[in-house]
Amino acid sequence: MSSIISRRRHPAASYAAVAGGLVVAGVLYSAFSGGGASASSAASNQTQVAQGQALFVESCSSCHGLDAQGTTQAPSLIGAGSAAVDFQMSTGRMPAKELGAENDRKPSDFTPAQIADIAAYIESLGGGPAIPTTNQVSTSGANTGLGEELFSTNCSQCHGFAGAGGALTYGKSAPSLNASTPTQIYEAMLTGPEAMPVFGDGTITPAEKKDIIAYVTDTRAEANPGGFSLGRTGTTTEGLLGWLGGLGFLVLIAMWLTAKRRDHLKAESEQS
Amino acid sequence: MSETPEEPTGPRRVIGTPFPAPQAVDVLTEPEEVPFSAEPPAPKHAQNAERLVAALFVLAFLAGCGFIAAYVGLEVGQATLPKGANTVVAVLRSNLALGSSLAVALLALGTGSMIWVRHLTPDIEIEEERHDMNSAPADRAAFQKDFAEGAAMSQITKRPLLRRTMLLATAPLALAPLVLLRDLGPLPQTDLRHTVWKKGLRAVTLGGLRPLTPADISTPGSMITVIPEGYQDDPDALAKAGVILIKFEPGQLHVPTNYNGGTLVSTMNWTVDNIVAYSKICTHVGCPVALYEQTTHHILCPCHQSTFDAANGANVIFGPAARALPQLPLMVDSAGYLAASSDFTQPVGPSFWERG
Repeated sequence: MSSIISRRRHPAASYAAVAGGLVVAGVLYSAFSGGGASASSAASNQTQVAQGQALFVESCSSCHGLDAQGTTQAPSLIGAGSAAVDFQMSTGRMPAKELGAENDRKPSDFTPAQIADIAAYIESLGGGPAIPTTNQVSTSGANTGLGEELFSTNCSQCHGFAGAGGALTYGKSAPSLNASTPTQIYEAMLTGPEAMPVFGDGTITPAEKKDIIAYVTDTRAEANPGGFSLGRTGTTTEGLLGWLGGLGFLVLIAMWLTAKRRDHLKAESEQS
Repeated sequence: MSETPEEPTGPRRVIGTPFPAPQAVDVLTEPEEVPFSAEPPAPKHAQNAERLVAALFVLAFLAGCGFIAAYVGLEVGQATLPKGANTVVAVLRSNLALGSSLAVALLALGTGSMIWVRHLTPDIEIEEERHDMNSAPADRAAFQKDFAEGAAMSQITKRPLLRRTMLLATAPLALAPLVLLRDLGPLPQTDLRHTVWKKGLRAVTLGGLRPLTPADISTPGSMITVIPEGYQDDPDALAKAGVILIKFEPGQLHVPTNYNGGTLVSTMNWTVDNIVAYSKICTHVGCPVALYEQTTHHILCPCHQSTFDAANGANVIFGPAARALPQLPLMVDSAGYLAASSDFTQPVGPSFWERG
């Protein structure tokens, strides 16, 4: 381990880390997708938890405490569940850049395999909502119409009618959903990250969550026949364009209508 | 011919002395008579302007034809579109084509007309004198005479029976519109003070229409919008009956207070298992309030930023709303589902005149 630490600033280290992560991800994927892996899953889970704990101590424990019990700076993660870990880390929100009420989406510094390790570790501490399976977030056969109704009722007040995001109180904001993967949308509903309320399976069933994901992904993939989506934030940008663009155009027209004739025309008319 | 204004002449003003008196301008002098001419102000330029106007008019014609073609040609209906086509995109496409063709047609027509006026018509100021609005005295006298003769011939002044029965005949017809207006709708009566919530009426999710047990909202920080069961197709009822359920950690929820009738009472027994129900209608102007932040327990109204403290009786902590969100008393019915234990104890939504 110490040799790795001593070489981590080597120019090739980041490439090696990414390559290693890809290999680990591939191995993990084959392990999960393979049919007969159940016998060794308990053992591999043990290693995963151990690896996750090591990563946790290294990257997360300064705020969340050595045993994830929470500190004055950050909440306890016992019972937070693997879904919360996967959401926060795959969207790059955690580890946080700075202490604050909310963190913005940024590229993640961790490989999916490392995130899976930490998620396994947190899950081993006290359960909690689990990362949804591929089948759970698949939108095949989903009712997009019902998804629209559910999104309007429960999500649009903060995220906007097309998931473009919006402002909250005291400088906080609800993020845009344009970059969110179906898994991340599912996890956000399940865990209620930051200021977002929890929409557990009791209030919005797994089938309804699929419908909502289908609405979000279908809507953002929809064509913009005018060429401009204007961020799909609705009246704000449309109003801004109307006032600055449209009204400015009308002012220019008014100036043209009332302008005096140009001098050279007048000169010509007086000569003729 | 220079257009530069004349420089003021005369001695320079010495600082501290009064301004020189302005030269008197005789505003009453008749303007010089301009000989009539139908020629454009600049004949050479006019030829170019004529071509430009004609081109704009042709563009307007083409755009107008395009509007008709777009209306006829671009299908938007589910039945007429090819199978699997996206109707939303079809409507957006149709709107774009209709809007832009109409805009180009009207803009080209207007621009062409303005260029015509500015570059082809003569630049002459024409005065139009105003005349008295009333008729000539002779005409007025003739009308008065005719009117008096007509009145005399009709005998309306001589036969009061006819006159009075005629007025009587028209009176009901004059009153009829008032009766029709009265029937435009029933008076609101006490509708503004009540909603359809009543004891035992279950709360169901909006969209899924499922009743909820307290265990369904077990995670602290949960929030869900609910409506009274069986009223999903009654917009009049839903307009006032929308409710948000919020689940708190034990101990997080301060003893909420709310007005029961006119007195402030503790409403802790209106909650079930740290689940509290508030009206979703803002008390300012009635927007749906559901921007709930589980970290701060703020409920924000997106319209005017009224902010309510959900952990503290939904009291107003910011913004123009004048009253807390009304709290709906909750209970668990015999089947274990969340239900109202009564209607709201105060009117929901914005203040109204007679509310007091």
